[in-house]
Amino acid sequence: MTDRIPGFATLAIHAGAQPDPTTGARATPIYQTTSFVFEDVDQAASLFGLQTFGNVYTRIGNPTNAVLEERVAALEGGTAGLAVASGHAAQVIVMHCLMRPGDEFVASKKLYGGSINQFNHAFKNFGWNVVWAEPDDIKSFERAVSPKTKAIFVESIANPGGVITDLEAVGRIAKNAGVPFVVDNTLATPYLCKPIDYGADIVVHSLTKFLGGHGNSIGGLIVDGGTFNWSREKRYPMLTEPRPEYHGIVFHETFGNFAFAIACRMLALRDIGAALSPFNAFLILTGIETLPLRIQLHCDNAMAVAQWLKSHDAVAWVSYPGLAGDRYYNLAKKYVPKGAGSVFTFGLKGGYDAGVKLVSNVRLFSHLANIGDTRSLIIHPASTTHRQLTDAQKTEAGAGPDVVRLSIGLEDKDDIIADLQQALAV
Amino acid sequence: MQHDHYPDSYIRGILNTVKTIAMVGVSANTSRPSYFAFKYLLERNFRMVPVNPVLAGQELLGQRIYAEVGDIPEPVDMVDIFRSSRHALVIVRKALAMKPRPQVIWMQLGIRNDEAAALAEQNGLKVVMNRCPKIEYGRLSSEIGWMGVNTRTLTSKRAQLFGRGIQRMALNRVTLAGGTTKESQ
Repeated sequence: MTDRIPGFATLAIHAGAQPDPTTGARATPIYQTTSFVFEDVDQAASLFGLQTFGNVYTRIGNPTNAVLEERVAALEGGTAGLAVASGHAAQVIVMHCLMRPGDEFVASKKLYGGSINQFNHAFKNFGWNVVWAEPDDIKSFERAVSPKTKAIFVESIANPGGVITDLEAVGRIAKNAGVPFVVDNTLATPYLCKPIDYGADIVVHSLTKFLGGHGNSIGGLIVDGGTFNWSREKRYPMLTEPRPEYHGIVFHETFGNFAFAIACRMLALRDIGAALSPFNAFLILTGIETLPLRIQLHCDNAMAVAQWLKSHDAVAWVSYPGLAGDRYYNLAKKYVPKGAGSVFTFGLKGGYDAGVKLVSNVRLFSHLANIGDTRSLIIHPASTTHRQLTDAQKTEAGAGPDVVRLSIGLEDKDDIIADLQQALAV
Repeated sequence: MQHDHYPDSYIRGILNTVKTIAMVGVSANTSRPSYFAFKYLLERNFRMVPVNPVLAGQELLGQRIYAEVGDIPEPVDMVDIFRSSRHALVIVRKALAMKPRPQVIWMQLGIRNDEAAALAEQNGLKVVMNRCPKIEYGRLSSEIGWMGVNTRTLTSKRAQLFGRGIQRMALNRVTLAGGTTKESQ
């Protein structure tokens, strides 16, 4: 039999899952249990010492969650994954494994507003200092790197939409700096873009969005690209120093190219505690099975809506990289050729008040603070998600007063457009 | 054989064939991979022979420790090298002097010596480098999937339980050929 690598749609359905070895259950069972019995004290010691593979306690690992972890790792082309309670938890856990108090990381200014808050406030309390860079000026990443820099963080497609990051260019800067390149791939999903192919060492996701896809479960995931040589850099003691909490095990030496994922699990998730419920993992897994179908339709619908908005009199501008002439069109062709996602922003000539009015008048779109649902969603970031930012930060994050963000769902595109038409006409 | 990546069938074939493994460079320190890889394979029914000149004459998990592979008084199917790359050539020469000769030279994760590999292959031995047999067993049996690791295997067949113990899977799992894997993937 010749060895062949399964395609993306096959991986989306099968990776990580197999019929249950005892019952034969074909769908992945929900292992809704806190704990797993030990064979004997010797096996318990081996499990606690990371000397054998197996489940102990659902805060650290769970067989349902494990299927999800392997599924997303396989789709991203990584070596291992770790599922956690939310996308924000994924970011805390990644940085916990990379940073010491007083360290810095460089992050793109164009990020989900919640991440800007997390980096500016919660992370600073831990002594993890963000240094902002401008994705439209690649050199600004280079300038932001200092001897204290431990990571570079970007979003592949930046929320609230419309910005495509030049991953290869930023990845080269990370490589030259000898720091891991961390990419949030939530808006693109691996169906549209696989950041590891462009130099990412670590990929993080909010599973809550397109991977789960149905707006029913919060979750996050970390993928280890297996590409970063921790032992060469020796600046990451979680990976290269004997760990006293595990009798002196050295993670990189012991776990090789999936050491970062294991460190996230055993050194960060274990102690921070932001575990994912197995029930959520099950729902998200079910969502992922149809990922290629859903994302293509999301993109096709978004393109139709963006084109329609572009010609509407009340609309000042549309920021959708799939549109010819958009500032990110060429980057979109390179990084997300199948479609530029379904989250994007547009500006209303009527400014802040027109934005508030539009979100009040829609009847099919749901006015809420999420993206990546089967349902079409709308929000006026300046009055909601980005409210806590200063005006300058709002504009820098692409969330100025006139900006409306859409997350185009899977309804009939004519119905989506008709709802915007009636709401803009009121 | 090129050694940058291996087909699953090659690794599975080796682990399904060998019965007795001499592990050169075992440690009695329970937090060292050279201890717990030994223990893991022993618990998966491999006949394990520990080799370490400093510990020779003592026992590791009930198995007598030998100073050299040449001292082992029974046939060995595979020599697993848990020493740094520069020691690999000497160990391969000693393995080739064993009667009968082992069929496989395995160099652990992080260990690669192309000269030693070429010498073994010229003499008809199979060679694996920069891999851990414990990780490969875990990957191909699917046990390692519990740790979120991408096993790069797919199957619609029920995985086989090892037959005793809890959370132990057998190696004879039927999978869609998963292509080749690099390093410890």
